[in-house]
Amino acid sequence: MPCADDTQRIAAEARRALDICNACQFCDGYCAVFPALKSRRLVSAQDLTFLSNLCHNCRSCYHACQYAPPHAFDLNLPKSLSLVRQQSYRDHVWPPLLRGRLPHVGWPAVAVMASIVLSAVALVVVPALLLVPPEMLFGRQSGPGAFYRLVPWRVIAGVAGVVMLWSLLAIGFSVASFWRGMGPAPAGAPRLPALRDALSDAATLRNLGGGGVGCNDRDEGFSQARRRFHHALFYGVTLCFASTCVATVYDHLLGWPAPYPLTSLPVLFGSLGGVGMVIGTAGLASLKLHADPAPVAASLTGADCSLLALLFLVAVSGLGLLALRETAAMGPLLLVHLGLVLGWFATLPYSKSLHAPFRFAALLRAAMERRGRG
Amino acid sequence: MTRVSCDCDVLVVGGGNAALCAAIAARRAGASVLLLEAASKSLRGGNARHSRNMRVMHGAPTPWVRGCYPADDYHADLQRMAGAAVNSVDDGLARLFIDASADIVDWLVGNGVRFHRGTDEVLPYSRKTAFFLGGGKALINALYATAEALGVVVRYGSAVRALHRRDGPPAVIVGDAGIAVRARALVVASGGFQADLGWLRQQWGGAAGEFTIRGTPHATGVPLKALLEDGADPVGAADRCHMVAVDGRAPPFDGGIVTRLDGLPHGIVVDRDGRRFADEGAVVGPSRYTAWGELVARCPGAVAFSVFDSAIAERFRPSIFPAIQADSVGGLASALGIGPPALGSTVAAFNAALNATVAGGGTTAGVHPPKTRLAAPITVPPFGAYPVRAGVTSTCLGVRVDGRARVLRPDGTAIDGVHAAGVIMAPNILGTGYLAGSAMTIGAVFGRIAGREAAAHALR
Repeated sequence: MPCADDTQRIAAEARRALDICNACQFCDGYCAVFPALKSRRLVSAQDLTFLSNLCHNCRSCYHACQYAPPHAFDLNLPKSLSLVRQQSYRDHVWPPLLRGRLPHVGWPAVAVMASIVLSAVALVVVPALLLVPPEMLFGRQSGPGAFYRLVPWRVIAGVAGVVMLWSLLAIGFSVASFWRGMGPAPAGAPRLPALRDALSDAATLRNLGGGGVGCNDRDEGFSQARRRFHHALFYGVTLCFASTCVATVYDHLLGWPAPYPLTSLPVLFGSLGGVGMVIGTAGLASLKLHADPAPVAASLTGADCSLLALLFLVAVSGLGLLALRETAAMGPLLLVHLGLVLGWFATLPYSKSLHAPFRFAALLRAAMERRGRG
Repeated sequence: MTRVSCDCDVLVVGGGNAALCAAIAARRAGASVLLLEAASKSLRGGNARHSRNMRVMHGAPTPWVRGCYPADDYHADLQRMAGAAVNSVDDGLARLFIDASADIVDWLVGNGVRFHRGTDEVLPYSRKTAFFLGGGKALINALYATAEALGVVVRYGSAVRALHRRDGPPAVIVGDAGIAVRARALVVASGGFQADLGWLRQQWGGAAGEFTIRGTPHATGVPLKALLEDGADPVGAADRCHMVAVDGRAPPFDGGIVTRLDGLPHGIVVDRDGRRFADEGAVVGPSRYTAWGELVARCPGAVAFSVFDSAIAERFRPSIFPAIQADSVGGLASALGIGPPALGSTVAAFNAALNATVAGGGTTAGVHPPKTRLAAPITVPPFGAYPVRAGVTSTCLGVRVDGRARVLRPDGTAIDGVHAAGVIMAPNILGTGYLAGSAMTIGAVFGRIAGREAAAHALR
């Protein structure tokens, strides 16, 4: 558990770094952090919350830094902002009872994630073992409604719905708290154009473009690998979500129960999305493991990797279910896949997943400031 | 000619922008190249690490610079700045340099350097300079990557101790172990001598000890001194430096751009005895940094203090170091080590002399020296101050070269196989003045020429 001293030390170090960066500004072509910093004479605690979440942790500014260690100034902006960013997740978590109590770094964070996911898997598997006859669970099932014979649709939708609702609520409250934590929004900024900018920034990951040349994913060399792997993961998740939506329409409006043929939209979306997620998570994890350790806050790697591992397992179990749905492995795989998805839903407000809405909020704030300036 | 075995065709002494351009150009011309960088890998790149942009001639907008900056404008800017030291400047060489600057950005881009687009809205408008994306260290990283990919051999931590060429091809002695490296041709791109405190003291006396060196600690001028002792024609002046006003708490080396003090024209500036010594409003544009560097270097003890109140403090970008503060002018004086009555009477006389009707835009009357712009009362506590010292960018002594970057003797003959590029020959173009963004262009243009010519000499 980080103590108050740690929090203050981390904030003071980030502020020192940003003051030096503001006097230099050589990196202003890399990402939105530097122009946003330039418009501030002094860096407040609210600015730290904002700027640390606007940072995409691309590390270009570290490799281009004339003040990076072993320089006397010992500047390491990506690392400093990573640590502040992590604290902002902790400070704005919901319900407020958890603030300052839920670990976000190191092995404790991994343990929280693992226990939530394992509980979810158990929540699905244990009742199924108790309630579903073994010959059904471990026998071959096929034909329309095969999945729902094992776990009724209402149970899936009900449990997942409740968990998802809680998570969305928690994320909503967290983001609202975070939005206030960034300080008052600039008055008079046109909201709709700013929203359009932010959506475009998020969809293209413009800030992982390094001003057009890519980022220092691994070392001094520039590449677009991190951006592309993140795209694969993000759009993979989006496709899987689309698959679920289409399947729901098929099942409830059109009366076509799952499983669906290989050429159907739900399977096409789902398998494409699943492959994207596998490639994205594996690629991002590999970049993380091979990256120059200097600009990385090592205490956060565990939490980052545990989310990647979870998403990888979600995707692999889903693809496995598709591949083996005609065999006796279908039943166990279905239970595990549902459990993992449920676990991921449950961890959304309490894991690295929170970076997505927070970063979007920071991008929106930056776009509002840009539009407000003129 | 006697055959002597050489370690390489072209030996490049230095590891900054000029050295890298020379190494790349020589390697591209087919020579085997060894580059000796005095710094470690993590602090490589000389003063170019701290640079941001380069001034280039262009007749029409390019992807990297807006508008146009014709050769005559560039020439006029150079002449205006060279001022009194214009006798060092070789006008023919300056014209050649300006023409060659026109395609240097494209050449650097071709060698992996990234620039901001000229239309990039984050930049201040400039029709004269192209900006490195990520600044000088990003440029340096790109050039090292390119040089090594081309097969240039780079040795870090390789300070040159001596340079001699009496017994055949040029050679240098490297490191404490005194290893001799011999080459068919030599490019010296080792910058000025500002990091040699002893040499600086010979020119500036005790004040030199109070200077801050804004760039690399490896610019000790050993190769420069060796070339001069070997008969090279000196240009520029040993007793002149490019310097700016920096926060007195800056590190002794490599403070770069962030230690510059922005606010001097807004308050008053006093010496260690608490007396004002210059019109703080005389220069308020970009040249204020340089103007104050020169002034502070000549103050008693080469130190001064920028003094302001809490109202004035809002008008400029603060230093990266916290202001020294006190609730009274006397308290501030004590904190600065100035006699409280002296600073008190300076501030009182200054405040009494204000005939400002508009806050922040006023002037003084009846106080010496006057303040002709931005005069405002110093009355609102807490009072603040920054210690000010002269931060040296580089010295202004170099060796004469010709249009092929060959080092010349006073009689105009070239020293066989020895070329120079960058700050070590910049006074040929700049005299003892400085034009923002020109040093990086000189380094790249003459580095490229020196590399090409050294390769031609080595492979003839």
